[in-house]
Amino acid sequence: MTELLVKNACVIDPLNRILMEVMDIPVRDGRIVESVSAGADIIDAKGCLTLPGGIDSHSHVCGTKVNFGRYMSPEDMRAGRTARRGKMHVTSGYYVPTTYGNSYRYSAMGYTTVLEGAMAPLEARHTHEEFTATPHQDMLANTLFDGNWAIMEAVRAKDVKKAAAIVAWTLSAVKGYSIKLTNPGGTEAWGWGEDVSSIHDAVPNFNVTPAEIITTMIEANELLHLPHSVHLHCNNLGKPGNYRTTLETFDLVPDTNNGRQTLYATHVQFHAYGGTTWRDISSKAEEIARAVNAKPQIVMDMGQIMFGRTMTMTADGPMEFNLYCLHHNKWSNHDVELETGSGIIPVLYSKKSLVNCVMWAIGLELALLTKNPFQCLLETDNPNGAPFVKYPEIIGLLMSKRYRDEECATLVDGTEQRTAICALDREMDWNEIAIMTRAGQAKALGIAAEGKGHFSKGAEADIAIYPIRCRDVDPATEYRKVIEAFRKTMYTIKRGRVVAREGDIIVEGANSTFWVNPVVPDDLNVANDPEFVKKFEEYYTVRMGNYPVQDVYLPRGKCIRTKAAL
Amino acid sequence: MIIKDVVCPFCGCLCDDLDVEVDGQKIIKVQNGCTLAEATLTGNNRLPAPIRRTANGWEEISYDDAIRETADILCAADRPLLYGWSSTHGEAQSIGVHIAELIGAVIDNTSVVCHGPSILAIQEVGHPGCTLGQVKNRADVIVYWGCNPTEAHPRHMSRYTTFATGFFVPEAQKDRTVIVVDTRRTESAEIADEFIRIERGGDYEVLSALRAIVRGKGSILPREIAGVAREQLFRVAEICMKAKFGAIFFGLGLTMSNGKYKNVRNAIELTDELNRHTKFTISPLRGHGNVYGSNEVFTWITGYPYAVDFARGIAFYNPGETTAVDILRWGECDAALIVASDPGAHFPHAAAAHLAKIPTILIDPHRTATTPLCRLQIPCTMAGIDAEGTAYRMDGVPIRYKKLIESLYPDDADLLRRIHDRIREVQGA
Repeated sequence: MTELLVKNACVIDPLNRILMEVMDIPVRDGRIVESVSAGADIIDAKGCLTLPGGIDSHSHVCGTKVNFGRYMSPEDMRAGRTARRGKMHVTSGYYVPTTYGNSYRYSAMGYTTVLEGAMAPLEARHTHEEFTATPHQDMLANTLFDGNWAIMEAVRAKDVKKAAAIVAWTLSAVKGYSIKLTNPGGTEAWGWGEDVSSIHDAVPNFNVTPAEIITTMIEANELLHLPHSVHLHCNNLGKPGNYRTTLETFDLVPDTNNGRQTLYATHVQFHAYGGTTWRDISSKAEEIARAVNAKPQIVMDMGQIMFGRTMTMTADGPMEFNLYCLHHNKWSNHDVELETGSGIIPVLYSKKSLVNCVMWAIGLELALLTKNPFQCLLETDNPNGAPFVKYPEIIGLLMSKRYRDEECATLVDGTEQRTAICALDREMDWNEIAIMTRAGQAKALGIAAEGKGHFSKGAEADIAIYPIRCRDVDPATEYRKVIEAFRKTMYTIKRGRVVAREGDIIVEGANSTFWVNPVVPDDLNVANDPEFVKKFEEYYTVRMGNYPVQDVYLPRGKCIRTKAAL
Repeated sequence: MIIKDVVCPFCGCLCDDLDVEVDGQKIIKVQNGCTLAEATLTGNNRLPAPIRRTANGWEEISYDDAIRETADILCAADRPLLYGWSSTHGEAQSIGVHIAELIGAVIDNTSVVCHGPSILAIQEVGHPGCTLGQVKNRADVIVYWGCNPTEAHPRHMSRYTTFATGFFVPEAQKDRTVIVVDTRRTESAEIADEFIRIERGGDYEVLSALRAIVRGKGSILPREIAGVAREQLFRVAEICMKAKFGAIFFGLGLTMSNGKYKNVRNAIELTDELNRHTKFTISPLRGHGNVYGSNEVFTWITGYPYAVDFARGIAFYNPGETTAVDILRWGECDAALIVASDPGAHFPHAAAAHLAKIPTILIDPHRTATTPLCRLQIPCTMAGIDAEGTAYRMDGVPIRYKKLIESLYPDDADLLRRIHDRIREVQGA
């Protein structure tokens, strides 16, 4: 038995409606408890801000394309490297760091749980291997279904149950957590060098539309009672005028789940563009935020960009090719048979580019215009918009109008005309930031029930203590102090154990991977469906028996079983 | 007993559809595999126990002694090298990297003598690729450049390309056009619809000519380019541009001939160019079963796919300086641990000769051409035969090797873990 008492913690715990209450947090064997014995280890938080461990609900940190981003970028590896020290392994890289680099930097910032944004099922084993080498965060994997042939056939046959059964089999085979759709239909079209340009275009050879894929998958998701909703990267990412596609997509979404949203729309900044070309691009954040304000069934994340170098990487292969044609930078592509695509290209977001300035403004506008912070979470689509180490600056921007004004003054002329950023006075408070960085994520991902994102009795003792006293600081003017505080915790505690102290990792990690196993009646199990098996063996290049990820890849796997309503 | 869906560990194809008949601790029959697979799985040239070189031959020693001696040699070295890794699983590779971190070693894999130049090219211009099933199901044009899959990757064509039945190419070979480019008429060239025979060292020029044609600048080309008639290149460029899905595969003919990584860069940029007209992909034909896995594992731990130098504490990478062949041929390296590869057979003479001068330890199940260069050899299991573990196919698809038979040999990951722990002990003291 191990016991810990965090004393004098100034707690914000939005899910329990605790706001800046100075209190003690007793921990036993990794969980929050009522009280501990006098022999417990003690950490004195000295009245500093104490939050549930940070949760990233959309970040690209592990797996085939992330590693290829590293592989092709020795220039980035040089940009951030540390030697082996104490319990810390060597790290390399700035915007696509090595797995230990990601893990240590997240931990220093108080993050204890991360959802990998996109895992191709065929390459899931790779993602899980990297999860194991990202030892200080509990991990979850969004699983890609956007170009899945069997799914598209079920959609065409209007067979939701079949679609649900395919999802169930795949998630349990690859130890995935949730349904991810990236440019649904578009990644299959990219198999021929094509794309879809609206949610009503037919996918070549499959005769289904993105809208049909999205609505069927939402229905299937709810039939399976998955903890998270469908997680969608909308069609037409990064194209001027794409806000119409985004709004049309939002209109497809029914409100069918009482516990959470029915659609998680990711990196919406990239999907909120007005105009017709790069020359007349403008912000449509107001239209998007208005729609989200009216639709409690939708949660989005910002997809904020920050100025500087980074790497774009996504399953959206055609989008990356468009970006390549724009930048003529090095371009990688990796289509995955029967499932999805992917692409990678480095970018530089510059304050001298009007397009980039508009993008920067849109992300902030989305957050500031969304009334309920549970509906707009703080993310950069790491590393697409910016590496996650930029989160503290984004917090500063959201909490301080003055900081935004100072930044706006450095942007290229025209930003003010094309966006509303300068007119927005809202300054977010500590509670809203806590929601946008952990409580909102826990709720949206459906892991609050697993003890994540709050300090209820029995919750996992993932605790971040930041070196700042909320009542002594005015974020609107002292935003620099806020940024510094969120960069490095005094203590990051993971499952009751101090893992990071003032930015240094002090123990070997022992993370868990959450995955979902929806139980489906035998007669619907696709593994018993001769047609499914036959097509699998004919068209995949891996035998069906060799496809599932063995338990050995999840040394501390946590399976969430759901009972499907099929 | 017959074991189904066995993964062959020999080459980068990692065919996973073999049926293997096992009798106790012996593999007696291999079905579906090529001749290389059969030889790999049924071969029996195992070293029975660890051996140490003496003044007049070899003596058998215990695993404990071998591990202790290995750790001592590595700890005492100023410029240790950990090399190989391509014929074992990711679990062993990963511990290898951690040992390198611990002792400030250079760690390198067999890419240095195969597709290292491809990696350099990719680091300059990227890599438009795909998984092999994408080619199998879609490709109507296949290009093999500077490689001879019929002999080196015998089932590549039947499982993934030319002869494979795919969803959109149900008639397999009838639906596909095969182009082979090489300096000599290989077995693979025999089945080509177009065989482009180029003069030795002419790859770069021919690739440039094709790029010019694809960009609409073909009129500037001379009549003949590196021994190839201009008309043939126009014909081939048209086949490529009219393809619905084209796939280029290339081998050491491109990476290890004049121009090296510049050839590969040119081939990738030709692929980029073709993507403006249709869909095209390009992929290296990787040799060793899990060489790509060593690139992957090195990358997620260190940031670099090969040639990683920990001498400065941080991970440092500069191929040509931190590559195994180079630190050996300059005589810089003063101790080497070779795992799951055979530099005695593949390295340039000067590099191999230096291995014989320094304390070299080999962890490998078999007596190989490296054995005579060593001071110590420690036999272990063979990944995919008597050990399971992760391997990455040439296209990045991770597959789990199966354990087909029980053996008394230790897994190389366990050996390395013990060496790692022993080094920590020595360093702690």
